[in-house]
Amino acid sequence: MARHRNVRNRNYSDDYDYDDVYGHSVEEDSCLSPSDTAQWMYDRSRNQQAISNFLDNHNDIQEEAEELPEPSVRTLDRRESMDLRGLNLNEEDEAKLMSCLDELRNVLGDTIPENILVQSVLTHKFNYNKALDEILNNKSKDEGKCKPQPAIQVPTVLIEPIKAPILTTGDKTPKVIATKIEPNKVAVIKGFKIEDENIKSCPQTPRDQSPANRERTPSRLEQADENKVIIKIKENKSDPNTQFLNERGSDKDHLYIVVIGHVDAGKSTLMGRILCELGEVSQRTLHKYEQESKKIGKQSFMYAWVLDETGEERVRGITMDVGRAQFETKTKKVIILDAPGHADFIPNMITGAGQADVALLVVDATRGEFESGFELGGQTREHALLVRSLGVNQLAVAVNKLDTTNWSQERFDEITKKLKAFLKQAGFKDSDVTFVPCSGLTGENLVKNSTEPELLKWYSGPSLLEVIDKFNVPQRLVSKPLRLSINDIFKGTGSGFCVAGRIENGVINKGDKVLVCPTKEMAEVRSLSINDLVSNVAFAGDQVSVTLSGVEMQNVSIGYILSDPIQQVPVTSRFEARLVVFNVKVPITKGFPVLIHHQSLVESANIIKIKALLNKSTGEVLKKKPRCLGNNSVAVVDIEVCRPICIERYKDVKELGRVMLRVAGVTIAAGLVTDIFTT
Amino acid sequence: MKLVFKNIEKDGSGSIALIPEESEDMWHAYNLIAEGDSVTASTVRKVQIESSTGSSSSNRVRTTLTISVETIDFDTQACVLRLKGRNIVENQYVKMGAYHTLDLELNRKFALHKPLWDSVALERVEMACDPAASADVAAVVMQEGLAHVCLITPSMTLVRSKIDVNIPRKRKGFVQQHEKGLNKFYDAVMQGILRHIDFSIVKCVILASPGFVKDQFFDYMIQQAIKTDNKLLLENKSKFLLVKASSGFKHSLKEVLQEPSVLNKISDTKAASEVKLLESFYTMLQLEPAKAFYGKKHIERANEAMAIETLMISDKLFRCQDIQKRKEYVSIVDSSRENGSDVRIFSSMHVSGEQLDQLTGIAAILRFPMPELEDSDGDDSDAESD
Ligand SMILES: Nc1nc2c(ncn2[C@@H]2O[C@H](COP(=O)(O)OP(=O)(O)O)[C@@H](O)[C@H]2O)c(=O)[nH]1
Ligand SMILES: [Mg+2]
Repeated sequence: MARHRNVRNRNYSDDYDYDDVYGHSVEEDSCLSPSDTAQWMYDRSRNQQAISNFLDNHNDIQEEAEELPEPSVRTLDRRESMDLRGLNLNEEDEAKLMSCLDELRNVLGDTIPENILVQSVLTHKFNYNKALDEILNNKSKDEGKCKPQPAIQVPTVLIEPIKAPILTTGDKTPKVIATKIEPNKVAVIKGFKIEDENIKSCPQTPRDQSPANRERTPSRLEQADENKVIIKIKENKSDPNTQFLNERGSDKDHLYIVVIGHVDAGKSTLMGRILCELGEVSQRTLHKYEQESKKIGKQSFMYAWVLDETGEERVRGITMDVGRAQFETKTKKVIILDAPGHADFIPNMITGAGQADVALLVVDATRGEFESGFELGGQTREHALLVRSLGVNQLAVAVNKLDTTNWSQERFDEITKKLKAFLKQAGFKDSDVTFVPCSGLTGENLVKNSTEPELLKWYSGPSLLEVIDKFNVPQRLVSKPLRLSINDIFKGTGSGFCVAGRIENGVINKGDKVLVCPTKEMAEVRSLSINDLVSNVAFAGDQVSVTLSGVEMQNVSIGYILSDPIQQVPVTSRFEARLVVFNVKVPITKGFPVLIHHQSLVESANIIKIKALLNKSTGEVLKKKPRCLGNNSVAVVDIEVCRPICIERYKDVKELGRVMLRVAGVTIAAGLVTDIFTT
Repeated sequence: MKLVFKNIEKDGSGSIALIPEESEDMWHAYNLIAEGDSVTASTVRKVQIESSTGSSSSNRVRTTLTISVETIDFDTQACVLRLKGRNIVENQYVKMGAYHTLDLELNRKFALHKPLWDSVALERVEMACDPAASADVAAVVMQEGLAHVCLITPSMTLVRSKIDVNIPRKRKGFVQQHEKGLNKFYDAVMQGILRHIDFSIVKCVILASPGFVKDQFFDYMIQQAIKTDNKLLLENKSKFLLVKASSGFKHSLKEVLQEPSVLNKISDTKAASEVKLLESFYTMLQLEPAKAFYGKKHIERANEAMAIETLMISDKLFRCQDIQKRKEYVSIVDSSRENGSDVRIFSSMHVSGEQLDQLTGIAAILRFPMPELEDSDGDDSDAESD
């Protein structure tokens, strides 16, 4: 909730009542009647594989609390055991297996655990039809047997086994737009044509393909109590909030944290260490990292290797693109986004921050190091300003590497004081910022309270994990029209291709029709996964991978939006924004060429008009059409992007109404979209 | 460009004949020829010949046309200049007043008649005919997934190829996809270089990027060259110069052109000096705003006060169809020169010229502050650029 506030102009006293939200416990959120719980169990089992044991565990945690992340370890194990490498298949067989699995999934949805699918495919020697028969037969038998959960798999069984083409996007040629610099109009037109065809051959409304309407195609597996189920699903559909509550009500809240700070502050190491201590990284893997990092003389980076996965990153010892990982705390499922600290990779850091609810700022307490990161031009400042401008307003500050200062309180206080003043100026509320002394390398005060005598002398506060657990989870706007901003496009393991991104608004269901914007091509959601777990539905706030069909992989780019086909995201190349200018070397004039960062999109743009200079605090117009904009000014400008992009007014969709302007590798301003021009 | 003859009367009217020799000369011609001028050049026409028996055959003949120019099109990619207008000199194939299109061709003479050769036009002829032929510079600005292969000549920056490839991000267990995507991208850039850069002309190829992209790419390219025994690349390896740029967008060329190591390598510095000049304008605007102005109205007033130290003006303003407007800009140039100002005509085909175009096309650094201008309404500056 906090994330969606207009910062610049706000008067803290009329801001939301902090305690209100704070006092709102997770238990209250998930307070369900027994019948609801049953309903919820049904839904969960639809979404997860091998759920029953998972569910049991889950309930245990809720009650027992204290002992932490058992279940996630288990899920991990389970997934590992399904790893195809374990099957010792040769390449050809693996490919056969993959394509069989895909076809099976097309028919069965995700109702059957993967290991069963794999098993039957193998026993039938990759014969898809036989395998399918066996599975379906077994399933109806099963359903006959276990009365209590008869409806589990019914609604997601598609009856006609539509054969999807396997991996038609295997086009090896990269998308090269040679010579012509104008956006390729032809491709767009082609897109429209495809959309037309789709519309003709597909049901008109996007919901037609959704589970809610499955009752139109009666299933031979349908059972008596199926009615109840369908009615319930309908309710879900008509009210996303109920659906959200049903799906997630008693699940732990998902919280996305971006880890920021100057290069070498110890971000990756800190995160790697937490993951290790929580058992998210197996001893074997860690041992491997230790050996390999030693080999190239980078042993001090062994924990960082958990997140720095590419060869380039490991050799150079720096994070280049956002690394992601997850763990659980008492009340939350935490997804961390480990941002690169190096100035050259700020575009990636912005992408990471765009997906985050809260931020963890890591600073190096070593003498001289904190100072160089905090200087003008150091990333401590730029990162903090960026995440603030991107809507993050809760911040934990890890005062890291305190081991190098012999846990000096004086040093901790010095850093805290300097940062407090700066963060306040940057727009963070004092009460939203927590400082934690720690060391990523020695693991002090991360997961457990410290046992270091020097630290205990003066610190009795929470460990880093406790601080993370206390973050407030922003409200998820599930009932607004779907907006999913794409930050990655890749080939999945199955047919079609995947896009990954964060759902800013709304709900996305497997089978939904979505509009790929700005090209406005219609696509169908083939499958969904949230943090690597297959799911049938995902909500605002989730970072999901979506397998799409109906569009070509090369017609989708990073920064595109998956939109509700009816309430579409606006597409424009010209908009008006309210800018806050940061520290700039030279003033901004009209005609100023900039790069705009909008979610994961980076595009070149121009400030075509400076309309008015505003008073920073009152917003009143100081000067119309000023000649230029200097440091720390606030102004209304018109911006023209070199090609049409999807963008929203800040007042409509906050996440899509923010832009960052960068020039020559420096962030010069942050803006809120106030108006969109039709072009 | 070769000057064949120059015939200018006292009143400023007259003809000049030129032979364009390289594609850059087409850009000069484009800047010289205005609507209302007449151009004589030879061209190939298809003619129908009717024999006495009534059967007709069509033939291609080379003939000389003189047209009064009505529209001018410059294709920046192909460097082709296409003129359209009415024929004003009748010959055996074409009627008087008929509409014709003339494509100016390399190495073929054309004669240009203007009712008035002003100082800016004459200067352009001089510049175009300057024999100090400059070797071109190629620059590749890149970031992961995006690259522009550009050629930089004294008065043009041409984007020869834009490579825009999606590279999957790193994700748990799928690092190979990222690395594969990266290699594909490097491959495409390498093809772009091989296809668009003529190593016999180009003296220096600048590779510019943030981070390590340029280094990684260069390693990749050389490795591939060794693998495929690509002599061309291996022999020209020393022509590559790796520098920092903040992004793979075209505009980061501005940063590249300010790198000392680049300036050392390139002999012609028009592009670079324009970048520097515009930069100093912005610095002045920051430090002493009363000494930096833009927009015609402000500049005219500064000029009246003989305050202009350096005048920056985009050649786009002289291609303006409104003769009156063009005259006004020429007179600003002439009179500020008389007053001892340094006048720089920016090429709108360079990145800094593009930016100046957006900034009303005219800007100046003053000798002394004119705070009174700051207060006066710069309103016109908006109206002009729209
Ligand atoms: N002494 C000490 N060194 C640390 C600590 N945390 C990280 N480092 C070292 O700092 C270097 C940079 O760490 P890394 O995690 O890559 O930093 P990042 O760039 O912020 O991700 C590595 O050599 C680490 O071993 C710490 O708590 N204490
Ligand atoms: Mg790192």
